Amino acid sequence: MSLIDLANPTRFLALTARVLPWLAAITTVLLAIGLYQAAMAPDDYQQGATVKIMFIHVPNAWLSMFVWGIMSVEALGTLVWRHPLADVAAKAAAPLGAAFTFLALVTGSLWGRPMWGTYWEWDARLTSVLILFLMYLGIMALWRAVEDPSRAARAAAILTLVGAINIPIIKFSVDWWNTLHQGASVIRAGGPSMDRAFLVPLLIMAVAFSLLFLTLHLAAMRNEVLRRRVRTLQMMQASRQAA
Amino acid sequence: MPLLASLGPYASFIVTSYLLVGLVVAALIVWVGLDFRRQKQILRDLEASGVTRRSAQPPGKSS
Amino acid sequence: MTSLAALIRRDIVVALRAGGGAMIGVLFFVSVVVVMPFALGPDLALLKRIGPAILWLGAMLASLLTLDRLFTADQEDGSLDLIVMSRTPLELSCAAKALAHWLAAGVPLIVATPLIGILLNLDATATFAVALTLLVGTPALTFTGMIGAALAVTLRRGGLLLAVVVLPLSIPVLIFGVAASNAAVEGAMPFGTPFSILCALSLVSLVVGPFAAAASLRHGLD
Repeated sequence: MSLIDLANPTRFLALTARVLPWLAAITTVLLAIGLYQAAMAPDDYQQGATVKIMFIHVPNAWLSMFVWGIMSVEALGTLVWRHPLADVAAKAAAPLGAAFTFLALVTGSLWGRPMWGTYWEWDARLTSVLILFLMYLGIMALWRAVEDPSRAARAAAILTLVGAINIPIIKFSVDWWNTLHQGASVIRAGGPSMDRAFLVPLLIMAVAFSLLFLTLHLAAMRNEVLRRRVRTLQMMQASRQAA
Repeated sequence: MPLLASLGPYASFIVTSYLLVGLVVAALIVWVGLDFRRQKQILRDLEASGVTRRSAQPPGKSS
Repeated sequence: MTSLAALIRRDIVVALRAGGGAMIGVLFFVSVVVVMPFALGPDLALLKRIGPAILWLGAMLASLLTLDRLFTADQEDGSLDLIVMSRTPLELSCAAKALAHWLAAGVPLIVATPLIGILLNLDATATFAVALTLLVGTPALTFTGMIGAALAVTLRRGGLLLAVVVLPLSIPVLIFGVAASNAAVEGAMPFGTPFSILCALSLVSLVVGPFAAAASLRHGLD
């Protein structure tokens, strides 16, 4: 089945109905394995058991950036290739990305408390993620501010691409600003090259969370397609009643 | 539980992080699931009141 | 007179008139900077240390306020449709409008800086440094903010959405603007490093801003 077949919303609905149960099952299994591995992982010689927070912090942090990347591809799909489902995908992805970014911030803060003594440190990585979180909220606000879905989609697509250009710039600036103002208070997880005992749970959790995003993304896209059908039918019904 | 004891002095931070992640993920799943059911229900109601999409109508019937 | 020059001239004249927004922008800038010591306390040493930051924050907020009117005024009286439909490339028209906005609303801020610098106990070096960084950095604020203004042009409460969208994108400009000012004063690092990055940010925004704004206008107005 090619991408052009997926452009048909009805076919898309049929596809997701078949695929989602499997995706959900695989995700659950991987999450279970990852959690078990995380529980069994040894303590870090510096951080003790709090290194276990890394296994859920890093996947969420990575996802927060990855989802913006996916949204950027979907934005190109809306503006350049005019794929019919691209804007559905983009709208569905934004709240998910915001949620993962939020989790990255919170777990990062909880991870940092034992290490830094405060719940928040203006260190480069957490600050960049905070700015990214604000950008996700801005995109969601833009989606809701414009009434017409296709116009909202194009506005959100442009903002997504502008954001994609800016994210490396923001990251660089915040890094620079941070080294300017403080000594290095970098989160070091297990030393320069991570021990395999930490790497395995981390990778499993990363894959599990990615599959979780994929599952939720497809399910949310399905809801969005249905929502648009509802809107069309409701408008038809309203015009019929007016006639 | 031996696992809880082995988590060291900052066990509450570790547990809170995992619980929070679990909570938010569960909330996402519930939200997506409920939204699906709600849209399906509205579609069923609209179908029952006779409003259908053109492509869902039987062939041979023009708009 | 070419159409672009006419557009710039018209925008500047409108902005400088009573309801135009340029003068009120400077007034807001001054008000914000004057209000800060009431929150921070009259400690002159403290004000001198954070003076560049206060001036930069005031400039950023003032520019956000005046950007709201960049496209909405034209959209309300229909001239935005004419600009979009004209033979002049929309990207150039957007750049022209941003340039006019900067000349009318940004440059007065820079001119006002030395006067307000006295209130913050800044010496001549510091004031000159802040003014120079503002001169180079406020175009970046205007051209980046133009993207938000274009996205929010048809919205009712567009000004707030504009601010929410533009603020994260403006953070790099703020970081390097303040850092360059401080570098000129404290000399802990060469002034050139943050200053040249600030110039680079402005140059990038001169290109990205008009393209993104034009795309937003095209997609948003049909």
